[in-house]
Amino acid sequence: MIEFQAVTKQYPDGTIAVHELGLTIDAGRITVFVGPSGCGKTTSLRMINRMIDPTGGRILIDGKDIMKSDPPVLRRGIGYVIQQAGLFPHRTVLDNVATVPVLTGQSRRAARSRAAELLEIVGLPAGMASRYPAQLSGGQQQRVGVARALAADPPVLLMDEPFSAVDPIVREGLQEELLRLQAELAKTIVFVTHDIDEAVKLGDKVAVLRTGGVLAQYDPPAALLARPVDDFVASFVGRDRGYRALGFLAAAGLTLGRLSLVELGGTAANAKAALVDGWAVAVDERRRPAGWLNADRLATVDDATAVTEDLLIRGGSLYTVDASAGITAGSLRSALDSALSSPAALGIAVDADGAVLGSVDATDVLGALAKARSSGEIPT
Amino acid sequence: MTAWLNAHWGLVFRLSGEHMYLALIPVLIGLVIAIPLGWVATQSRVLRATFFYLFGFIYSIPSLALIIVVPVVLGTRILDPINLMVPLAIYTVALMVRSVVDALESVPWHVRAAATAMGFRPLRRFFAVDLPMSIPVLIAGLRVAAVSSISLVSVGALIGLGGLGDLFTEGAQESFIGEIVVGVVASLVLALVTDVVLVLIGRLATPWTRVGS
Repeated sequence: MIEFQAVTKQYPDGTIAVHELGLTIDAGRITVFVGPSGCGKTTSLRMINRMIDPTGGRILIDGKDIMKSDPPVLRRGIGYVIQQAGLFPHRTVLDNVATVPVLTGQSRRAARSRAAELLEIVGLPAGMASRYPAQLSGGQQQRVGVARALAADPPVLLMDEPFSAVDPIVREGLQEELLRLQAELAKTIVFVTHDIDEAVKLGDKVAVLRTGGVLAQYDPPAALLARPVDDFVASFVGRDRGYRALGFLAAAGLTLGRLSLVELGGTAANAKAALVDGWAVAVDERRRPAGWLNADRLATVDDATAVTEDLLIRGGSLYTVDASAGITAGSLRSALDSALSSPAALGIAVDADGAVLGSVDATDVLGALAKARSSGEIPT
Repeated sequence: MTAWLNAHWGLVFRLSGEHMYLALIPVLIGLVIAIPLGWVATQSRVLRATFFYLFGFIYSIPSLALIIVVPVVLGTRILDPINLMVPLAIYTVALMVRSVVDALESVPWHVRAAATAMGFRPLRRFFAVDLPMSIPVLIAGLRVAAVSSISLVSVGALIGLGGLGDLFTEGAQESFIGEIVVGVVASLVLALVTDVVLVLIGRLATPWTRVGS
């Protein structure tokens, strides 16, 4: 547990970066500091490992005032992941990861074998160990950064906009990976970002800071989206917050409809016969959806023609029913999006392996939402 | 000239060895002194400006003047190699402080921040992170310092300590141009070889700079 007690950071020129910040960071959870630039989120983070010392107030880790500890020793017990990974370009991936164990006095051999384990944990192939950081992609570098921060098995992990320099698709992969790791490791993670979507996705609790380092709101993401305390938080949280809040509601009560399935490779005549309301889903041999078929498309080909990928209309997003399969899996948001983005106005629900389970109707999702609202599942 | 050279290979080699010794030992000493000075200069903007101004001024002192003044200040005997090596070391320091500052400032901030955040103490961080990462820029500066030191050694001939410079003074006294040409060529070869060796050392010490990304 990390406690901020009226923590203030004022620079000699009078600028106040953080103003009487008071909050408690739960152990074993992800807490996100989010806010516009100049809101003191990074300063607050760096005060935890004494990269910056506060000018007022106290920070306690497990009840102990951090000002009483020797900064380098304190830092070795706190993992740190920085923007652009901050890897040492002159050291191999393995030696980068082994850095902190070596600093704490472990033998190089022990540190390296621990480092190799960690590379595996963060999902990097063993062949990467002897490479230099410049030989890795941005996403891989960031994984090495996470492995390096975890190397000495610190209970606390500080992450300073770690995923901001990678492209959106890689970022999403890294976010999923972080949640997967966290489910296993249960570290106390403090994560800084300027991206509210990232904050909402990753945080067990989110602290929204406003310019001048004042805490605007500190709440779990669902509560933040449902009831922002003021106009600043409301505008920062963004326009689609009602829609995004659906991401925190389980779609457990949602009934799936039937879908007409056509196997790829069958004849167009069979496919035509299978259409329901003019649409059917083409699936592969493992019942995974490949795309949609409709009457107009099928009219362009001969009845004897085999159904191939060329005939398909690209489908919308998929609704994965199993909630453990990903960040938004199993939520009303994912269910509604699958229906809204589908060319046939019906979403496709799949299991964790990607096989089709049934259809999702947008009206049913809204019905489930109304039910959740009346049963008090939505914070008001 | 060829006849003279054939008769004097031994002399040319001996003088070349002496030349390298007189030129490069001061470069090495100068480098060792310049590194901490350069580090100090990176600690504040005022120090940085003061150092650049000061060492720029020192570098502009004519070499002959420095060579004559040093024995007087140090109280060393005439013909003592120190009389030449101290000025050369001073020039190296003057040149290299700026290189060291540039080299240290070439280390990306996020790498330095990450090192501090991982719990390096300042001195260990300097040797484990800042210094190795500075090698490419340092080598570039060192190449200039070494070559200029090799060319400056000849001036020492005027106080009887010139390495290959002795060939210039002797050739001039005997109005024998061939001997001067041999001295010039040999001096150029030494500079070239030194430069190549430094480039190679730089490459060997920085395998990470040549990996494809």
